[in-house]
Amino acid sequence: MKRFQYLLWFAHEHVSFRLHEIEAIASVLKIPIKWIEPPSDKPWYLVELPSEEAVQKLSARSVTMRRAIHLWADEPTVPRLHASLKEKCLNGLLEPYKLKSFKVDVDLFCNSQTQEEKLERIESFSYMPFQGHVDLKNPDVTFQYIEYYGLDPKIVPANPTRTFFGRVVSESGRPLIHELSLKKRTFIGNTSMDPQLSLLMANLGKVSNGDLVLDPFVGSGSLLVAAAKFGGHVIGTDIDFLMLHGRTRPTRKQTRHIARKDESIEANMVQYSCVDKYIDVIVADSALPFWRSDVEFDCILADPPYGIREPTERIGSKESLPIIKKEGSPVHFPSKIEYGLNEIIKDLMWFSSKHLKLHGRLLFWVPVFRQDYNDAQMARHSCFKLIGNCEQVLTTFTARRLLVYEKIKMPQDTDECSSAIPAASTFREKYFTHGDENRLTRKQKKAEAAKNKEIWFAKLNNVNVK
Amino acid sequence: MKLLTHNLLSSKSLKGVKVGYPLRIVAKDVKISECEFNKEFVKKIIPKLDWKVFVNAAVEIGQTSDLSDELIEDYEDDDDYLKKVHHLLMEVEIINGELICPETDRVFPISAGIPNLLLNENEVS
Ligand SMILES: C[S@@+](CC[C@H](N)C(=O)[O-])C[C@H]1O[C@@H](n2cnc3c(N)ncnc32)[C@H](O)[C@@H]1O
Repeated sequence: MKRFQYLLWFAHEHVSFRLHEIEAIASVLKIPIKWIEPPSDKPWYLVELPSEEAVQKLSARSVTMRRAIHLWADEPTVPRLHASLKEKCLNGLLEPYKLKSFKVDVDLFCNSQTQEEKLERIESFSYMPFQGHVDLKNPDVTFQYIEYYGLDPKIVPANPTRTFFGRVVSESGRPLIHELSLKKRTFIGNTSMDPQLSLLMANLGKVSNGDLVLDPFVGSGSLLVAAAKFGGHVIGTDIDFLMLHGRTRPTRKQTRHIARKDESIEANMVQYSCVDKYIDVIVADSALPFWRSDVEFDCILADPPYGIREPTERIGSKESLPIIKKEGSPVHFPSKIEYGLNEIIKDLMWFSSKHLKLHGRLLFWVPVFRQDYNDAQMARHSCFKLIGNCEQVLTTFTARRLLVYEKIKMPQDTDECSSAIPAASTFREKYFTHGDENRLTRKQKKAEAAKNKEIWFAKLNNVNVK
Repeated sequence: MKLLTHNLLSSKSLKGVKVGYPLRIVAKDVKISECEFNKEFVKKIIPKLDWKVFVNAAVEIGQTSDLSDELIEDYEDDDDYLKKVHHLLMEVEIINGELICPETDRVFPISAGIPNLLLNENEVS
């Protein structure tokens, strides 16, 4: 079988999620990957894949990748790259594309990227025997030139340490991140999960067509949207009646949201044309057993309550607790007791040990205080193997980690479970004790994020002009 | 709430309830909406269903179908059959109504299509 070499070119963010994402997608699509170079933190993977179709399918689902490139030249220096390309052109490499309209995209990774510099690079390829015309909007074929200057923006060498040239085979699933933007979403809550991370969860969860996917802490349903986009049939539960009925206080300036009666998770599914994948949401306390005993989900995704922006709670029966009766309210609101993070997680793991299919994946986020973080604190259960543990830094002091587990055996009476993550209340205390410094860093972070976003948008537009 | 969801839910978290399944249904307001047939999904979901409960639930809310109490053996290749199952699972929706615990008669309301299984403090086992 003839195989081809491809360069998978990544966005430089969420690096720790990258390999897990690619491996999970490849496994769902049953695409064998042969590594030409061991995967690293550099913004590319060099792989051999069975066909162009396989590359297209793989990249279409990835939200860490930018695009996939059929590699024509891979050299340590610019002169060598040109020499290699010249020779290959003489041997007819360009032949099939010679008459087509085209464009060349340039990426100078970890270096300034002024338009001038880019044009200069493009002109350096003038020896290539192109006969078609340049079409920046809608070319028949796109080429990608990359100069890599390392990963550290503080030490940028004079010359790139590696250069690539190739034909773009396919774009990634990143446009989905924009499509699902929270800014334009019909219904959001104050803890709605960012679309990219939601999509990453669905990928890492190996959601595939026809799967039954559960989010036991569904909130505004961001994870369900992402799972449905990748073919999952979705169902969610939340303890918050008002949330599921779209009746919580508005979370953003509501000018165009005065009539909020259409706000619901189902409305979001309609907005994103995946309502066919929507099963139901249920108002229920995930701490209690209410599923039929032998129900099996194919994937369980969760962003459990942290107790920072929303209460961690469950229905309680402590005598001392007052019974909350809201006047004029159509439903009874049971009083709730605090539900510790480790308890939530252990309950979630016990639940999943019974209700997740064998080899199915369970994913959830945990907040960590970075100084105290220690692998050994993370949850374990004898039915699960920890596949991934990806950090997303929030502030100097705090982060959250996405834990990815695979169910490796069916439950038995002898199963054990432990979780020793510093409790939510401790976390909350620390989070707020460091508040002052935090506010500062958060401000800076925000500015930085905004800047990154701008750069990123600019890059993306560059990549996706049609 | 769809019949698929009904098939998966129980009231066993109620104090004193042993099985809590199947929940009885009172459908006050039923909506039929079109939903794209996904063969892969229907094939995968059938083995997850309690078949008898599913067929009875459809009858209980007044949906006629010729599906019998026994699941046919070679349903995987029978598109007509799968489509009937799909219709009852995904296209029939109870907008307002009740789910009722078979052992205690505790009522769980369904409003705006969303069932509410929350318990009061003193009902938790
Ligand atoms: C971090 S939020 C989830 C946000 C969600 N991923 C989204 O995108 O909107 C956690 C949710 O868990 C819910 N919750 C808290 N305790 C719960 C419990 N015991 N059972 C079910 N849901 C609970 C809260 O109401 C909240 O909506």
